[in-house]
Amino acid sequence: MEAAMGLMRRMPPRHSETTLSALLSLLPRHSSDLLSQVDLPLQVLPDVDSGKKFILCEYNRDADSYRSPWSNKYHPPLEDAPYPSSKLRQLEIEANDIFTVYCDQYYEGGISSVYMWEDDHECFVACFLVKKDGSKTGQGRRGYLEEGTWDAIHVIEVGPEEEMTRYCLTSTVMLSLTTDDVSSGTFSLSGSIRRQMNMNLPVADGHLSNMGKMIEEMEGKLRNSLDQVYFGKTREMVCTLRPPNEVVQMRLPSS
Amino acid sequence: MAEEEPELSDEQKKGIAKWFLINAPAGEIQYVAKDLKSVLKDDAVYNEAAAEAFHIYNKSHLISLKMPGGYGDVLVTSYGELHDNEYLDPKTTQVAIVDHVKQVCKGVRSATDEELPSPYIEEYRYALEAELLKYVAEAYPKGSCSVYCTNGKDVEGPGSDFELVAVISSTRNSPNNFCNGSWRTIWKIEFKDDIQILELKGKWKVGAHYFEEGNVQLDAKRECRDSAMFQGPDETATAIVHLIRHHENEYMASLEGSYLDLSDNTFKELRRKLPVTRTLFPWHNTLLFSFKREIDEELGIRK
Repeated sequence: MEAAMGLMRRMPPRHSETTLSALLSLLPRHSSDLLSQVDLPLQVLPDVDSGKKFILCEYNRDADSYRSPWSNKYHPPLEDAPYPSSKLRQLEIEANDIFTVYCDQYYEGGISSVYMWEDDHECFVACFLVKKDGSKTGQGRRGYLEEGTWDAIHVIEVGPEEEMTRYCLTSTVMLSLTTDDVSSGTFSLSGSIRRQMNMNLPVADGHLSNMGKMIEEMEGKLRNSLDQVYFGKTREMVCTLRPPNEVVQMRLPSS
Repeated sequence: MAEEEPELSDEQKKGIAKWFLINAPAGEIQYVAKDLKSVLKDDAVYNEAAAEAFHIYNKSHLISLKMPGGYGDVLVTSYGELHDNEYLDPKTTQVAIVDHVKQVCKGVRSATDEELPSPYIEEYRYALEAELLKYVAEAYPKGSCSVYCTNGKDVEGPGSDFELVAVISSTRNSPNNFCNGSWRTIWKIEFKDDIQILELKGKWKVGAHYFEEGNVQLDAKRECRDSAMFQGPDETATAIVHLIRHHENEYMASLEGSYLDLSDNTFKELRRKLPVTRTLFPWHNTLLFSFKREIDEELGIRK
C-alpha cells in the first residue's frame, strides 16, 4: 500500500484517475483502502427536481446511487437507503444554502454540496465539497485558462456537543490549470495537497459558523501554499535549470 | 463483497507497468520502478515491461550518461541511436553501449566510418556543436548538448539538402528536497541548398515536480520557427546559435511571465484570495444570506 501511495505521488496529477484505476486493477484486494485514501477530481450529477447540480462522493453514495443535497433524493432512486436524521437534515439544508453563497464569493460560480451524517457517540460528520471549472469555456470570468479545475473536499468530524466542541477537519485540494498561446506555448500546472486542522470551538457560536470559519481559513492556507510554496518551487527549479537572462548577463564579466 | 476479480493477463499487467514507468517524472524512474515492483509482485512481467519502458523513457528524457574511458558524457536520444542500445556521441565519435534499465553506459567503441557523417557535413556539424557548447556552458549551470546529422550525412559537397539536429538537455535532481526538474530543447535545422536558406524548428519541454507532503507538477512545452542564410560552416554556426539564444531567452522570459501572472491573475480564475468585499465571509450573518439568496434568485443570478 505504501508503494501504491508512492506511485500516486509521482504520477502526473492530471492522470490521477488513470493512476488509480491502474492501481485498483493491480491490487484488487486493497481497493477499499485505495478508494478511501486517494482523492479524485469530483464528479457531478444534475438533480432533476431542483434543476441544480450536486457533487458525488463516497459520503452521499449508497450502492450505485447518490443523494442530492437539494431534494434529499437518491439518483437513481433507491429503496432502503440511508438518510440523515431530520434534525441533521435541517442543518444540512442550511449548510448548503450558506455554503453556496460562500462559494459565489470566493469562486465566482462553481458547484458546491454539503453532506452530513450521524456518527456513533453523538458525533456527526459533515463533508463540504466545491468544484470549479475556471476554463474560458467554463466559468472562468477572465478567459485566461484553456483548462482549469479546482476540487476541494473538506471533511469535518464534529465531536460530542459540549461547551467547547471538538472539530477535526481534513481538507484536500486538487487543481489543474493550463494556459496556451502561440508565443508562450502550453504552460500547465497541476497538483494536490491535503492538510488537517483540529480546533475546539464554542458550540454557542453555531456549528455552521464554526465549520465555515475553519474551512475558510484552511482554504486560504491551501491556496496560498499552492501558489507560493508549491508552484513557487517549480518556478525555482526552472530558474535553477536555466537562469533568466539577467542572471546570465551578470555572470559574463567574471568569465 | 465476495466476487472474484478477474485476474489480469500478463499482457495487461505489462501494459500497466510500462505506463507507470514511462510517465515517471524526470529523474524519478528508479523510485517509480521500486514502488512498481512492490505493487506488481511479478518480476517476469516487470522485467519485460522495464526493458521496453526504460528504452522509451531514456530517449524521451534525453538522459546523459557518463562514458567509461574518460570520454565524457553521452546523450541518449533517438537521433543518435544506432541500434537498440548503442548511441553515438558525435563529439568524440564514440558509440556508447547502454544498459537502459540500469541507466548506465556499459562500454564504448569507436564509431565506424559508415556511422559518421562525411567530412563536408562534419564541418557544419562540428562548427555548430562548438558554438552550441559555448552557449550551453554559459546559459545552463548543468547542461549537456550534442549535434547530430539526421539526414544527408553522406552528402559530399554543396548541391544537396541536409539536416542537423541540436539537442540540449539539463536536469536537476534534488530528491532530498523533494524536487526534480528537466529542461529539454530540440532544434531541427534543415539546410536547403536550392534556396540557400536554413530553417530552424525549436521544440521545448520543461518539467518540474515538487512533492513534499503533496504532489505538484509543471508541464510546459513550446514550439517556434525561424530561418537564416545558408553560408559557410562558421558563419552558419554563429547565426544559428544566435537565434537559439534569442528564442530561448524569450521562452524563459515568457515562463517567468506566466508564473508572475499566476499569482496576480490566473489563479483568480479558480479561486479568489478574498471576496470582492475584501473581508472574510460573514458566517454569523445568516439573515444576510437568506436575503441575498432571495435577491439573487429574483434577479436570476443563481442557476
